[in-house]
Amino acid sequence: MKSCLLVDDSKAIRSVVRQMLASFEFDVTEATNGAEALAACGHSFPEVVILDWNMPVLNGIEFLRALRSKPGGDAPIVIFCTTENGVAHIAEGLAAGANEYIMKPFDRDILRDKLTQVGAL
Amino acid sequence: MNTADFEFVATMLRQSSGLFLAPDKGYLIESRLAPVAKKHRCNSIDELIGRLRIARHEQLVRDVVEAMTTNESFFFRDVKPFEAFKQKVLPELMSRRATSRSLRIWCAAASTGQEPYSLAMILHEEASTLAGWKVDILATDISTEVLAKASAGIYTQLEVQRGLSIQRLVAHFDKKDMHWQLKPELRGKVLFRPFNLLDNPKPLGLFDVVYCRNVLIYFDQATKLRVLDSIASVMSGDGILVLGGAETVFGVTKSFAAWNDQHGLYRLAPPTFAPAGVQADAAPLAAIGAK
Repeated sequence: MKSCLLVDDSKAIRSVVRQMLASFEFDVTEATNGAEALAACGHSFPEVVILDWNMPVLNGIEFLRALRSKPGGDAPIVIFCTTENGVAHIAEGLAAGANEYIMKPFDRDILRDKLTQVGAL
Repeated sequence: MNTADFEFVATMLRQSSGLFLAPDKGYLIESRLAPVAKKHRCNSIDELIGRLRIARHEQLVRDVVEAMTTNESFFFRDVKPFEAFKQKVLPELMSRRATSRSLRIWCAAASTGQEPYSLAMILHEEASTLAGWKVDILATDISTEVLAKASAGIYTQLEVQRGLSIQRLVAHFDKKDMHWQLKPELRGKVLFRPFNLLDNPKPLGLFDVVYCRNVLIYFDQATKLRVLDSIASVMSGDGILVLGGAETVFGVTKSFAAWNDQHGLYRLAPPTFAPAGVQADAAPLAAIGAK
């Protein structure tokens, strides 16, 4: 099973997305903000990160920049999953190293498509 | 819905659009025609059908047909037919058309436009390879409603996240409030026109590539044969037909054969295979169906 780190400050979102990821046979770990997510990457990197943008303590873009600056931090596939749907945010997310970008609201088919686009499925 | 009414509607649909409704699909008529009944101020679907029995007014018939035709489409749907187009079909046809430097593509069941626009995106991305080439995409559908949406090239946030990488989205679309619109240079690559697959396609000219995906599944065997042979009559000798994943020519028509062992891709069966570049004079795309 591929490992996936699910980063979102919304418990409801994490619950729904966890079920979707489990149906795609991912082993899911959760984090409620970017700081927790970085800590979760301390020992080993997940293969995939599903990443919200607006979170307390450390937001998604800050986490991503920190992740990519770590040795080996280029490895995880990172997919933003956020309500930020403007072109500027998308550009910023891709420039920071995101592999894909999901705009909320979305459905299981979109998540599956995006995971397939990046070779995670 | 009683049997007589179902058979009346099913017969009318088959005659006007080729759409085949199995006997267990009465629920589909009831659910799809409810809005049509309301639009035409009928108190019930029974009343709507009663009106059709008295007189088949063109607009009423058109509204019924449009409501019953399934209009679902995604960008780069099923992926492989588009990978095949980019990696195999386009290079092969370009080598065969090196003199004329011209290609004509027909999307024969274009629905809301995602299929022809997916091809347009590929052509746009291959612009340097296609410098000096004229590539026309004609996209047709029986439903004028979906063609109107397709022409506008405006899609919801959900629609642009199905089948499109984020890189393609930002490269080929502009954000319009909560929607996304295909950029003008992509919209300009596709000509949308209404066309019924039961009609004679000869006025459309000859085509090098025909996409007719996920529409034959709604036809009975006789209509599938009729439509496939009709398509064969407007394909250049070495043209390529692309069908949906659940569709095949085998057992339906002898007009086509497999193409390079590619699943879902077909060429005209011999002995009608002709040397490359043989195209009859075709009406310019802009003149087709122009009112």
